[in-house]
Amino acid sequence: MSNNDNKRFEVKRRQVLGCMCALGAGIPLIDATAQDATAMIPPQPGDLLGHAFGAKAGQAIGIDELQTDAQQVFAFAIDPQSGNLRNGTRMNQVLLVRLDPATLAADTAARSVNGVVAYSGVCSHTGCDVTDWNGTEKRFQCPCHESQFDPRDGARVVGGPAPWQLAALPLTEVDGKLAVAGEFEGRLGFMQPGQNPFEI
Amino acid sequence: MNVTNMIVAGLGMMGLIAAPALLCAQDIGAMRAVTDERLRNPEPENWLMFRREYSGSGYSPLEQITPANVSRLKPVWTMSTGVTEGHQSPPIVNDGIMYITTPLNLVYAVNAATGDVIWSHRRQLPFDLSLIHPTNRGIALYGDKVYMATLDSVLVALDARSGEVVWEKPVADYRTGYYMTMAPLAANGKIMVGVSGGERGIRGFVTALDAETGEEAWKTYTIPSPGEPNSESWPGDSWQTGGAPVWVTGTYDPELNISYWGTGNAGPWIGDARPGDNLYANSVIALDVDTGALKGYHQYHWNDSWDWDEVSPPILMDVTRDGRTFPGLVHAGRNGYLWVLERGADSIRYVDAKPYVHQNVFASLDPVTGRPTYNEDAKPGMDKPGSFCPSLSGGKNWTPAAFSPKTGLLYIPANDNYCSTFAGTPVEYRPGQNFTGTKDSSAYILDGADHIGELQAWNVNTGEKVWTQEFDLANWGPVLATGGGVLFSGGTADRMFRAFDATSGEILWQQKLNSGITGVPTTFEVDGRQYVAIQSGWGVDAMRMQARLDEMQGRTNIVPQGGVVWVFALDDE
Repeated sequence: MSNNDNKRFEVKRRQVLGCMCALGAGIPLIDATAQDATAMIPPQPGDLLGHAFGAKAGQAIGIDELQTDAQQVFAFAIDPQSGNLRNGTRMNQVLLVRLDPATLAADTAARSVNGVVAYSGVCSHTGCDVTDWNGTEKRFQCPCHESQFDPRDGARVVGGPAPWQLAALPLTEVDGKLAVAGEFEGRLGFMQPGQNPFEI
Repeated sequence: MNVTNMIVAGLGMMGLIAAPALLCAQDIGAMRAVTDERLRNPEPENWLMFRREYSGSGYSPLEQITPANVSRLKPVWTMSTGVTEGHQSPPIVNDGIMYITTPLNLVYAVNAATGDVIWSHRRQLPFDLSLIHPTNRGIALYGDKVYMATLDSVLVALDARSGEVVWEKPVADYRTGYYMTMAPLAANGKIMVGVSGGERGIRGFVTALDAETGEEAWKTYTIPSPGEPNSESWPGDSWQTGGAPVWVTGTYDPELNISYWGTGNAGPWIGDARPGDNLYANSVIALDVDTGALKGYHQYHWNDSWDWDEVSPPILMDVTRDGRTFPGLVHAGRNGYLWVLERGADSIRYVDAKPYVHQNVFASLDPVTGRPTYNEDAKPGMDKPGSFCPSLSGGKNWTPAAFSPKTGLLYIPANDNYCSTFAGTPVEYRPGQNFTGTKDSSAYILDGADHIGELQAWNVNTGEKVWTQEFDLANWGPVLATGGGVLFSGGTADRMFRAFDATSGEILWQQKLNSGITGVPTTFEVDGRQYVAIQSGWGVDAMRMQARLDEMQGRTNIVPQGGVVWVFALDDE
């Protein structure tokens, strides 16, 4: 998904809501209406990436913090104005994993920095957080339905029911820290009934 | 077909062309409001709630379809739901109008005899929802409204005639892992729901909302907070993320005004992570419907380490022991034991229990309290694998058993000979994320086993198993019992919907449907004709367990997904 696709996805959603309301369904949005607007914005080029959870939550992530072949680290982009994480929605979650640069496919290598690659943390099957790591095969695994993704090759699906790869996030380096080089590439999230993926 | 077209088509079939709400009201105006009296004494022709009766029996007295004529059963109408994944909802029928829900919270109102769609409602779910069990187990009817619990933890009230939203009330924050899959329980002016999400570090609860306004009447957590009775059964702050979800519609005793709910396991899944009994996880809890006050409980097993959610509520039935008949609570546990309890105004008393499938975990049961002791080798610990039977899917999962007062038998959809292994690993709590803390998970089949799925019939009074029907495949089929002496159930990956002789267990009839069946079958009558209804649509846990079995057994069962409502009746001779 390109930058534009991301925006079109949002437009599509509003259109759907408008249609439902016209029918008298009266659906309120309950997701994050009160959130800080900048926290809802997806990772933007130039944003540093910060730890999502734990003792270092909110701190920018240095490339050397990541061990090669170790389990993925959850991150959010950091809004450069406020210094806060863009963590208003879990759709902004980013998985970081460091791999042997020699093992990366060409497209993946182009988005990587020092072997570190970044993907959306939201599974394309039913939207669960992709928290598990198969260290033997070096694959992400979703705890909900065991979909597996190969981070060395664009997080393509290598097992389970997921219909497509995780959205990829191009990376760059700023003073030894991980930073965002471009918006998510590929389709973000999963499909709900009534959504035709070919219309987006 | 989009929602607009669907409504237009439905109106077209009715030959009406004015405003939808008005037209629907005309078409289904004869439908009676659902009163407490009707829910307590449902007419034979109707199926007004999840298990038809407050007792949870899953029994209908309709007797037109019998072992002698069931071979003449034919489809009358079918309808695609337009949704994939596991369809688990019972077609609920009030005076000829059927209400169906699907995964991801669509509701259809349909003419039950013809299949004409009257209205539909689709909840627009948040785009950032995370769905581990994207299913729904049906609506509740009360007054002139339809109630649905949603995957984003909202209770929705719809006008039963028009499908228009009357109110929507969030009962929990879906972003912290809460979701809802059950059919609500309606009684005494209240709509009660419980929450799922035990695998994500929630704190389980049951809540009651005013049926008219949606205002919260009470909320009772399944885990006490510090200072409350039994709070000492949780170490430190573990009570805040201890799980004990409530997945399935409770049962209800109108005389005592008490509802009974089954609770899931504690989180993280490994008992070592939260030493103590962890009350009221893995229990039945008795809640006063007016106040939510806890009137009693029985914990089936303490400090769970096996993912044995005891999600099904007990079935209310009279039980006889040693010449004495008492009001019973009967539960085929996920832990593989068949439990008999006695219910009272302020207590639940253990009576007895015995295994109904292979079980290697309980070393003994206390004869007075029923508290088990454990074979520690079979209990997974932190970094310590444990191998146990039945598997984490249980002897019986959420799939409802049925009780027929006519045969006096309890019918249990079971899985035997299938076992699990896993170990614990530390897990950090992160709101909304997986909080199970397990690793090295695998499954195995007992040596010499020749089948997995079963439908069992038990005489609870004698404590004897009367018959067993065995299936090569796993069985995830909810059971319908009827006054005609026929049982209906699906549940196997061969997509068969079957009729069984309630007395002998013999398979009398079967029909291969579009997909596997984990829906709850129901039966109803319109204009003197008895119908049997079922939703077919394979998915969620049934799909996962069969896939794992296939992998072990070196075979493949391809089960296409896609929901379809099927309605059967005897053909005209």
